[in-house]
Amino acid sequence: MTDLTRLSAADLAAALTAKEVSSVEATQAHLDRIAAVDGDVHAYLHVSDHALDVAADIDRRRAAGEELGELAGVPLAVKDVLVTTDMPSTSGSRILEGYMSPYDATVVARSRAVGLVPLGKTNMDEFAMGSSTEFSAYGPTRNPWDLDRIPGGSGGGSAAAVAAFEAPLALGSDTGGSIRQPAHVTGTVGVKPTYGGVSRYGAIALASSLDQVGPVTRTVLDAGLLHDVIGGHDPHDSTSLSDAWPSFAAAAREGATGQVLKGLKVGVVRELDDSGFQKGVSASFREALAAMEAQGAEIVEISAPHFEYGVAAYYLILPAEASSNLAKFDSVRFGLRVTPQGTPTVENVMAATRDAGFGPEVKRRIILGTYALSAGYYDAYYGSAQKVRTLIQQDFDAAFAEVDVIATPSAPTTAFRLGEKIDDPLQMYLNDVTTIPANLAGVPGISIPSGLAEEDGLPVGIQFLAPAREDARLYRVGAAVEALLVDQWGGPLLDRAPSLTNGATR
Amino acid sequence: MRHLGVLARIQLSDEEVQRLTGQLDAIVDNIAKVSEVATPDVAATSHPIPLQNVFRPDAVGDTLTREQALQNAPDQADGRFRVTAILGEEQ
Amino acid sequence: MAKDALMDFDEALELFEPVLGFEVHVELNTATKMFSAAPNPANEANHGAEPNTLVAPVDMGLPGALPVVNAEAIRSSISLGLALGCSIAPSSRFARKNYFYPDLGKNYQISQYDEPIAFEGSVEVELEDGTIVTVPIERAHMEEDAGKLTHMGGATGRIQGAEYSLVDYNRAGVPLVEIVTKPIFGAEHSAPALAKAYVATIRDIVRALGISEARLERGNLRCDANVSLRPRGQERLGTRTETKNVNSMRSVERAVRYEIQRQAAILAAGGTITQETRHWHEDTGRTSPGRPKSDADDYRYFPEPDLLPVVPAPELIEELRAALPEPPAARRRRLKADWGFADIDFQGVVNAGLLDEVEATVAAGASPAAARKWWMSEISRIANAEEREPAELVSPENVAALQQLVDAGTLTDKLARQVLEGVIAGEGTPQQVVDARGLAVVSDDGALIAAIDDALAAQPDVLAKIRDGKVQAAGAVIGAVMKAMRGQADAARVRELVLERAAQ
Ligand SMILES: [Mg+2]
Ligand SMILES: [Zn+2]
Repeated sequence: MTDLTRLSAADLAAALTAKEVSSVEATQAHLDRIAAVDGDVHAYLHVSDHALDVAADIDRRRAAGEELGELAGVPLAVKDVLVTTDMPSTSGSRILEGYMSPYDATVVARSRAVGLVPLGKTNMDEFAMGSSTEFSAYGPTRNPWDLDRIPGGSGGGSAAAVAAFEAPLALGSDTGGSIRQPAHVTGTVGVKPTYGGVSRYGAIALASSLDQVGPVTRTVLDAGLLHDVIGGHDPHDSTSLSDAWPSFAAAAREGATGQVLKGLKVGVVRELDDSGFQKGVSASFREALAAMEAQGAEIVEISAPHFEYGVAAYYLILPAEASSNLAKFDSVRFGLRVTPQGTPTVENVMAATRDAGFGPEVKRRIILGTYALSAGYYDAYYGSAQKVRTLIQQDFDAAFAEVDVIATPSAPTTAFRLGEKIDDPLQMYLNDVTTIPANLAGVPGISIPSGLAEEDGLPVGIQFLAPAREDARLYRVGAAVEALLVDQWGGPLLDRAPSLTNGATR
Repeated sequence: MRHLGVLARIQLSDEEVQRLTGQLDAIVDNIAKVSEVATPDVAATSHPIPLQNVFRPDAVGDTLTREQALQNAPDQADGRFRVTAILGEEQ
Repeated sequence: MAKDALMDFDEALELFEPVLGFEVHVELNTATKMFSAAPNPANEANHGAEPNTLVAPVDMGLPGALPVVNAEAIRSSISLGLALGCSIAPSSRFARKNYFYPDLGKNYQISQYDEPIAFEGSVEVELEDGTIVTVPIERAHMEEDAGKLTHMGGATGRIQGAEYSLVDYNRAGVPLVEIVTKPIFGAEHSAPALAKAYVATIRDIVRALGISEARLERGNLRCDANVSLRPRGQERLGTRTETKNVNSMRSVERAVRYEIQRQAAILAAGGTITQETRHWHEDTGRTSPGRPKSDADDYRYFPEPDLLPVVPAPELIEELRAALPEPPAARRRRLKADWGFADIDFQGVVNAGLLDEVEATVAAGASPAAARKWWMSEISRIANAEEREPAELVSPENVAALQQLVDAGTLTDKLARQVLEGVIAGEGTPQQVVDARGLAVVSDDGALIAAIDDALAAQPDVLAKIRDGKVQAAGAVIGAVMKAMRGQADAARVRELVLERAAQ
């Protein structure tokens, strides 16, 4: 029998629908895989102890002839930023250790409703602050391509889980690249939808005006299938768009035929020149573009003069919103409580709890955000950064008047070594230079594997950006490029990743 | 810095105060960078996708039971959350 | 707590000009909360719920929860803004006011800051003596209430000396409209009275709009009173204090008077006023210092990223404007003219808070004079004695029905008072009480004539006097007849019959 963990979600779903395999078998296969490799990878913070029960229920319903969703019975990994009623939700923080939410995040509820089987909660940088998952309070996740390297962040757990075949699908969240950059360094697919395209209800907020939940998968079609499940209007989220969305899976299937590349205008940002990127990253990017060009795509240089201000604006907006969003962790209603010696006041208890419960990166950003909002600075800081959003949106508007999509390398470098940049926050922040503009402007972005960097043999991703609400375009283009490259490689890139179980782990 | 710690309710150690003070410069650098282009004629964008008048009907919906409300409480009494004295002895 | 030195009120007013300002928080009575679908405890239907049973995730600041604005709260806020003569902002938005406090689930309050929904208005406030003062309104903005803290251990209910506190989040997220006045000048000796009348006016407005239960004792309406004094002839405003926790109209009046006397004593002694919040203590009738304004008031406002701007359609504003009830002051002017009351009589009704009742009684068919008489005398007397509200005792319809029985001659005034007691005792409508107690005037002339003949026969000297033309002598006979009829006779009719029989 085929290894069920190696199947794409689409193929597994087809086998489930055809009753060739059961959800219990598929779920058990993934639990076995987790048991075999997660000791090394540490993609999961919590593995569900009733996934098999859920799977058995799906099997029962299928046997009874019930009409089930396309993905019914397929296992799903859930980033720990999303609250769940049946598993703890910590957002990677000590302050929420053991926290049990009385309600499910909308995306989780929708996943359950179509019969997806939650396998567990995936590791992340604490409160999604980071690009390496090293800032998790529960220890780092390791990159399945090289266990000494970072899996990206903040959603390193979700990306590593799908890259290591510990789940076919995962949910992530992307505030400044937390879905796309991990996809880049793990050779997987990640989509940040249009802001408002997927509900944020139940996603533990980092920066409310930037956060967006999205799919983390191994193929573009799988991402489309999951996006179809989680997307669409949610009355619990005021910023949720009420648009009628097309099927993203259908868009991916349409794109896979390759026709979409003919005459497609692909913008390349002049200001993101090769000098800012690792050599192998630029090379992989250029090769992917050349392959697209060979299929009839037109590569057009565009200018986005304000992208370079994005990181600065981002690191004003994010800490400001985060400092306020994270104020709720105060030891009163839930979470950790640390009571200092003597007869402390509630203020002392809150301060001691937050000192003990938050990691250094979280404290750093809360303090910076508190500073950025404190008396007299709001206009100059937060207000000015919001002006940069306007300018970046204008850059996008001008570009999309000329091109259909914009392409960039998904991140400047391949996976760096654990610990390499942990004491250099500014260097770490620069990792997000290519991904941040999409969050600031609210436009959708996808990262798909473009190949391996020559110098280190590690995965590289190519990012496509489309105008707001044009997520379907990303699935068409992404699937077309994926088909083209997989064909060139003679199989999926992840086939070249280490197996992790034959002793060649460290 | 101490004042920021009070505002943010984080009890900072001396070492943290020292380290974070240095990092406030990062904010100052960011602001300098942003100021290059954030001129008065540029409008601010607070929401990436502009929407307005998003309301819900005034109808009772999902409400927690008291058990759910209190299920994560670090301390509780009489169906309520219990916290340490708000004022100190000298207040 | 040392006792404050107080200056005599009149003396204080000689030396200083009081400048007032009010912030009134109105709890809206929508079915659900401002930002969640949990039931609203400020709606009568949910009053008195058990702690932490009226909460949704967002009210408790649970991880991942998001606010969504209540459409009805927007309508109520616009209506209130219009009733306060305000302009409605073409676009307003919410902001986060960041501060830590255990009753604040998210540790920020969603409020409106630089873009309130209503701004620049005024209300006419009528003092007890009939003087009308125009109070300028700066803004009315929407926000959410905080939860409720109960302080345990130490002196009952006091935060000072408490060992611990308990938090109930039912009230967290209750929709509030905060009405902020501009500085009010010129109230002079009437400053305390104006404070009371202003709160009463806001209460009347929100009641007429039907947007709040408006019960001060429940905190549906809460007034913060700002008081500052400036020496006569000085241009610059003095330092103000903000007295919180004033939960009855009488207390507002007393607190303002107290602050004027307290501040005057300090200023006259060469001291300075500390800018601070102060707490009103109902029991001692004093204010005590709260927290001084400080750096901790750095609320780090910024636009609420989870919510979108409120841009009311002009048609909605016009719809709500057209549906506004008559402003209380205009209504009073109209009623006074319609009823033809003397100033003192009308003001009496207003001050007793019985305008609604008298109006409804007139609407039910009673004459204004009769309606006023019933409510202001007999019903008020009983209410006073029983320590209840007059309106709780009897319905305007029953008062009108009672008066109709009097007008029809079925009841005498004295009998009518007995019937009223029956109605209040829950014995039914006036007619039902009349029937059940057999209280109607005896209108059977036969019974009266028999009694009259008996009385005349018993008092022949009186009969002689009447026949001599000394008609006033009839009183003695009438008294005897009324006594014989146990009061259930119409004295006028008795008199008529006595004269008739005497002439025969
Ligand atoms: Mg106020
Ligand atoms: Zn307020």
